Amino acid sequence: MAEKSPKIDIRTSPYIRRAPTVPEIMRHVVYALLPICAYSVYQFGISALASMIVTTAATVGTEHFFCRMAEKRSTIGDFSAVITGLLLALTLPPGFPLWMGAVGGFVSIALGKTLFGGLGFNVFNPALVGRAFVQAAFPVAITTWTPAFALNRFSEFIPSTLAFPFMTADPTAEWTLNTAIDGFTGATPLALMKFQGVMTDAKDLFLGTVAGSAGEPSSLLILLCGAYLVYKKMLDWRITAAVIFGTFITAGFFHLMNPSQYPSASFMIFSGGLMFAAVFMTTDMVSSPVTPLGIFIIGFLVGFMTVIIRLFGALTEAVMYAILFGNAATPIIESFTQPRIFGARRDKD
Amino acid sequence: MSLLKLFGRKTVSSRKTFPKGIHPAEYKEQTSAKPTRRLPFAPQVIVPLSQSIGKPSIAVVHKGQQVERGEVIAVADGPLSVPLHAPVTGTVKGIELMPTPSGAKKDCIIIDTQPSSSQIPIRGEERDIESMSREELIQAVKDTGMVGLGGASFPTHFKMTVPEGKKVHTVIVNGCECEPFMTTDHRVMLENVKNLILGIRIAMKCVDADKAIIGVEDNKPDVLTAIKPHLPQDGSITIEAVETKYPQGAEKMLIYSLLGVEVPSRGLPADIGLAVFNVATLAELGRLLPHGQGLIERVITITGDDLEKSGNYIVPIGTPLRYILQYANFTGHQAELILGGPMMGTAAASLDTPVTKGTGTVLVLDERATKNDDILPCIKCGKCLQACPINLNPCELGQLAAKRRYDVMEEQYHLNDCFECGCCSYVCPSNIPLVQYFRIAKVLNRERHLNNG
Repeated sequence: MAEKSPKIDIRTSPYIRRAPTVPEIMRHVVYALLPICAYSVYQFGISALASMIVTTAATVGTEHFFCRMAEKRSTIGDFSAVITGLLLALTLPPGFPLWMGAVGGFVSIALGKTLFGGLGFNVFNPALVGRAFVQAAFPVAITTWTPAFALNRFSEFIPSTLAFPFMTADPTAEWTLNTAIDGFTGATPLALMKFQGVMTDAKDLFLGTVAGSAGEPSSLLILLCGAYLVYKKMLDWRITAAVIFGTFITAGFFHLMNPSQYPSASFMIFSGGLMFAAVFMTTDMVSSPVTPLGIFIIGFLVGFMTVIIRLFGALTEAVMYAILFGNAATPIIESFTQPRIFGARRDKD
Repeated sequence: MSLLKLFGRKTVSSRKTFPKGIHPAEYKEQTSAKPTRRLPFAPQVIVPLSQSIGKPSIAVVHKGQQVERGEVIAVADGPLSVPLHAPVTGTVKGIELMPTPSGAKKDCIIIDTQPSSSQIPIRGEERDIESMSREELIQAVKDTGMVGLGGASFPTHFKMTVPEGKKVHTVIVNGCECEPFMTTDHRVMLENVKNLILGIRIAMKCVDADKAIIGVEDNKPDVLTAIKPHLPQDGSITIEAVETKYPQGAEKMLIYSLLGVEVPSRGLPADIGLAVFNVATLAELGRLLPHGQGLIERVITITGDDLEKSGNYIVPIGTPLRYILQYANFTGHQAELILGGPMMGTAAASLDTPVTKGTGTVLVLDERATKNDDILPCIKCGKCLQACPINLNPCELGQLAAKRRYDVMEEQYHLNDCFECGCCSYVCPSNIPLVQYFRIAKVLNRERHLNNG
């Protein structure tokens, strides 16, 4: 032993810990989102890329700005703002005007997160708060869809992308007409189902050769990326499973009641943002429940609400509101789904 | 319901185990193969008067008095207190306030070791256990000054006194040793089988049980091979392997793993006809009781970073950490000194802190310690709920603690069922010291209840 007495560190037990830290978890979620982003760029071209860059810059910038305002250490290093930015971009139409995307990013962080006290305290998924805001503020832009695999997608922006703030955008319809491969109507599978009674083939939905938000078309890729996070134990597959289960049961029920009027359960599961939401949105740790039974109830509820809104509401993009509803219901669901503690009498629960 | 079960519980493998818990790195290879050796006597030993969960013992020696190794130096004060015996032959230097493993300075009997002494302990006539009555046996256990050597320091004689109206049918012998780094129980089970079996018989007789089950984690197959030949033919004592998982050695967890029953919340194993003892406790009892000796030394794993002579040692109670580090040749300059395992042990603040009856390990942590002190906000990932072996909601408890809602923690979230195993802190990605919050909350609640009468 050294001549001098050694210096003694004092901490509290446990003295060893091994868990991925919050920034590590968030970073891996970003990794899992990157293939989806890449595929989205491949599908929709540089407009989608620009949209992602702008919303992410907006969310990260807003987070940094508010930390500075509050004279706190900047929390952008935990990658949660990056996730919010990417999630937001992936739920927007690929040709969404960039300035509106920036507004959405700002609102996501400012209203969805900072207002509640930052990471860990937000009641709602911040990206969805931003999305809900732009949905209400820019109803036309958010429902203007452009076709996937447009011929000149890598050489020119979708006209609406570069719209100036508060100016009327160049009409996208004309561009769509000129670039689309054949007979594109500018409608998503859900809109086709709802307003025209046309069903899109399940294979197209699965592989993503349809119109839709930047990140939602390919269910297959979304599932693969989700599987990576499940393997890393950074995603709670129980929530995803419960959402899909809830959708399946509810949609299946209506389909059995009247197959000619209501679409099949598999269409509901693979269309629109449902798969993306089930894997990446409802599983947002902060705004989802922690109790086992609560996880199931909320997941089921989100699936149920999605189908109900899609079938009977005026909107096609129902998942977003279903999740926001689920987020709002989370605290109360948690309060009565506390786990039965070890050794407690079962009849007392 | 099966689907709901899927959501609530991980599927249990065919190995005997309990739900949830964690799998920390074991770090046992550093000492598990090293046979137990004797640590030399320190020039001075410091024997805290408070070495059980009861009242401090009452010293019966005075300054300057010569004491012989094994002689009674303090007597029990109340049912939860135990007598103390001199760990060395020497001279009482005084009774002074010294740092103790619990952190606070407490009264300790300080004995200067007599260098020329042969240090042979006092040893009585051999007694026949079979012919002793249960009361005589429990009194004999009390006279050894035995407490649970697993770390809880619960007086063994008190545990052996079955509460009125309760009937114990099975003794559970806890040889799990689920804490990383620790290998004392492992060595005891390999080297001290005969005493262990005798100790088990004593325990069975005291609690009037006709069966005993030794539970060992399946990372110690050599123990099973070593013990099996010594088990009685009639099948009254059996040994079972359970999954290597933390906190398998918590008595509620081990009982569930072995028998599939739950000890009632806030209840005792005796409520369901069981009594649990640690292997080292019973092995030491089997060695001491026949000759009427007292507990003056114990096997301690000295392990961790920057130690040249790590291993398992028979250490006299009261040996100061300074001497242990010197002997084990600690080469570092800065470290955490932990009495007990890395999950539940206590950090010693001073090198004068002595080892006590409840100290199973001296762990020096430097490189392998987690030194991240940044606490991030809870992101409600729910990992703690998936780790807590007793199904608490540490996530909610932690947030309530941050808001100082200690009463709600106790009344609605079962704070007092927490036995502070540390699984929740271990898995927390935000590095929140959840267990520490819960300890503080419990203390403040106790204070509040006292103030309210």
